[in-house]
Amino acid sequence: MSESEHYTLTVNGVERKVSDAWIGESLLYVLRERLGLPGSKGACEQGECGSCTVFVDNAAVCSCLVMAATAVGTQIATVEGLNEDGSLTDVQEAFVTEGAVQCGFCTPGLVMAVHHLLDHNDSPNEQEIKEALSGNICRCTGYGRIFAAVDTVISVRKGISS
Amino acid sequence: MTITKTQRDILGSSALRPDGISKVQGDYEFSSDLHAENMLWGATLRSPHPYARIVSIDVSAAWKIAGVECVITADDVPGQLTYGLISEDQPVFANDVVRYMGEPIAAVAADHPETCRRALAAIHVVYEVLAPLTNPEHAIDESHEPIHPDGNIIRRQRIVHGDMHATAPIVVEGTYDIGMQDQAFLGTESALAIPDHDGAGIEVFVATQWLHEDRKQMAKCLGMPEEKVRLVLGGVGGAFGAREDISLQVHTALLAMRTSRPVKMQYGREESFFGHVHRHPAQIWMRHHANTDGRIVKIEARFVFDGGAYSSTSSAVLINGVTHTQGPYQCPNAIVDGYAVRTNNPPCGAMRGFGVVQACFAHEGQMDKLAAATGIDEVEIRLRNIIHTGDTMITGQILESVAPLERCIRETAAMPLPAEMGLQPHELDLPGGSGRTADRRNIVRGIGWGVSMKNLMYSEGFDDYSTARCTLTNGSVELKFATSEVGQGFVTLAPQIARSVLGVDEVTYDTIDTQIGSAGSTSASRQTWMSGGAVDGACRMVRERLFEHVGSLHGIEPLRLAIDDTDIIDTIGTLRISVQEASANFTVSETFEYHHRQTEDLDENGQGNCHVAFAFVAHRAVVDVDVELGLVKVVQIATAQDVGRVLNPMSVTGQIEGGIAQGLGLAVMEEIIVTNGIVRNPSFTDYLLPTALDAPQVLISMIEEPDPQAPMGAKGVGEAPCISVTPAIVAAIRNATGKSIDRCPVRPQDICF
Repeated sequence: MSESEHYTLTVNGVERKVSDAWIGESLLYVLRERLGLPGSKGACEQGECGSCTVFVDNAAVCSCLVMAATAVGTQIATVEGLNEDGSLTDVQEAFVTEGAVQCGFCTPGLVMAVHHLLDHNDSPNEQEIKEALSGNICRCTGYGRIFAAVDTVISVRKGISS
Repeated sequence: MTITKTQRDILGSSALRPDGISKVQGDYEFSSDLHAENMLWGATLRSPHPYARIVSIDVSAAWKIAGVECVITADDVPGQLTYGLISEDQPVFANDVVRYMGEPIAAVAADHPETCRRALAAIHVVYEVLAPLTNPEHAIDESHEPIHPDGNIIRRQRIVHGDMHATAPIVVEGTYDIGMQDQAFLGTESALAIPDHDGAGIEVFVATQWLHEDRKQMAKCLGMPEEKVRLVLGGVGGAFGAREDISLQVHTALLAMRTSRPVKMQYGREESFFGHVHRHPAQIWMRHHANTDGRIVKIEARFVFDGGAYSSTSSAVLINGVTHTQGPYQCPNAIVDGYAVRTNNPPCGAMRGFGVVQACFAHEGQMDKLAAATGIDEVEIRLRNIIHTGDTMITGQILESVAPLERCIRETAAMPLPAEMGLQPHELDLPGGSGRTADRRNIVRGIGWGVSMKNLMYSEGFDDYSTARCTLTNGSVELKFATSEVGQGFVTLAPQIARSVLGVDEVTYDTIDTQIGSAGSTSASRQTWMSGGAVDGACRMVRERLFEHVGSLHGIEPLRLAIDDTDIIDTIGTLRISVQEASANFTVSETFEYHHRQTEDLDENGQGNCHVAFAFVAHRAVVDVDVELGLVKVVQIATAQDVGRVLNPMSVTGQIEGGIAQGLGLAVMEEIIVTNGIVRNPSFTDYLLPTALDAPQVLISMIEEPDPQAPMGAKGVGEAPCISVTPAIVAAIRNATGKSIDRCPVRPQDICF
């Protein structure tokens, strides 16, 4: 490709230069293929499955639907930035311990969606949880263990032992 | 936070996935995440027509685009031009005729996915469009010319059993249609091929269900010896049958060999719909003859599976279908005729349930018709007919498997029903969900039943085996196997087996690749039994060697030794020594190949011991239906499943809940819509999948009656959950609406009109 866009994105608090990019590249593509952040996954390329969920200025968005060059000047957060010392967040831990992970392809997007939900609502009811996760498709689990993981996080955050 | 364990992760525990932490952190490497230095991207040109003659292909303009490094067509295939799992009838690239929409014609390699897209657009293909064969009946009645040199009938199989002229006072019949379902794994097809420096071999990282079978087919098409084609499992984002056939494997490898550079291919979602086979759409007619007490006397049936353009596994799907005509019920007399046919529709093959999903939808519809005709309750009519261990099936095969079917049904029936919907329900609890369209006054609740049996492992004389190696060094074990981990959790189970057999805690597994014998496919509910059996066998051989070592050191006959937790003990003496200590400075490695018992082909009358074993399950569905709008919400699924023995409760729960969601999808929303050979909805916008809002409450009972034929007593649990849940949901919709609905998925118009 002879295209040569140059811009800077702020990803997980760090300024990242993007060079010689094609203007049509999605944020998902740039994160995965140019910035070495493959945690966000591409599974539908049209905002239906949520596997590519990232935060742009604290809004949960499908990075496949965002042109990377339009994200200049925003704060982008990806699954890799949730806990950079390598330890697990409470949501990640609950996904592992409650069996919410099978193939794992939807998992990073779901982890981001659950963080987003619980950051904005510390005691969601069943319908609120289901609605908040309904933009993230999981084909393996049938969602049962994912709901169990969310319930565990809510309980732990409230100081109720699970 | 860190995860702390409080118990040993042995068989029976809910051991956690060893890959779980890397998956939640996003650093698990799926095949689509792989990169190599100097890598090119590959892409595939596909036919827009379901049936056409290729007049000419001009690739010259594509070559001229800056960044394009390679363009290949059928002329560039160095080895065999066709491939296939059972019959090698599918071209690597179409060269004279295209037989389905989406058939590959050419492939390119370039520096960027966008360059690839432009190169594909620059390839000029001239087609002479032909009238497609899209009605499977026209394949059978020979009213359409053969669309393939192998003809339009892929396989026909009859079953004739007992008295063909038997009849009985109650006769019910129905014709059932099952739609084309997509596996819709989240991680689309992807591979990275890296040619050897000497140009004589290649290493391919690929998401697949069966590394060795892929390698066999690839080597033939590449014209290379198998040992020069090394496959490594790339992280697999789900499979469900769709990775049993090869897709982009040969194309990626060929581009890499041609360019002498690493090439990565990854399908987008739309291409994925064209890149893999689907669940066969089928039409099944059944007529049941029964006595007034509800007991089945004879079943007549006719199956037509639309295999699409290439045979894939259609012949095996057909056999699964026809041999499960009776379902989990006794049936002394049967006449069955089954066809798997070739059409210009999308190729169909393996999907979770593999032919039994279709048969079950029909036989369970029939059981409800029988209940209605005899005035016997839906549960009672099933209980009166259930099959038992030792009964003869319509193939003449004696059912040898443990068959706790009565428990499955009774335990399901005993589970609590959900509360009635309140007068002012939350809008998200209404059918239609967040669409807020349903009106409480139009909502009717229904309850329905589905019961099924499913064969486990491969059938019809296939010498099915799996290989595993166990190496014990200084108290820790390394396992090696080629078993595809696709999300099901074999990588969790295998270390559990080693810990239980050897009394160790530290167990790792080596890279999953072709550097050991085949494990067979991750399909047919077979890996816990087959690869579990192989790991169990290898660990037992190592244990024998360890006991010999300890016995010689202590002057004890090795037969007296046993594992007790993490110790070796003398069962009639006082010696107790930890496995850790006993294996200090001791290394032993053993490889074991597990084979299941031999099966037979069916004869021309469909008689023969063709299946290895069976698992059983019951489902009860509760639905709410808006009868005005035709919207359905599945409220609850209760299920009791015959699992043999629970080796990991959390994994089994995950398989059951996940399978139920897929069966729910087939019941009320999932269908690839094909009009005259044209696929209308190849996207996640138009092909609807169950979301969190569609997930019903699931009540589960795991029936544990260990099967003596199964290693560790455990039956495969992957397929059973998705089989009878579909007819149970559709029966519940019939129950709510009073409509005779004989197709799935059920569409709003099936309810409203």
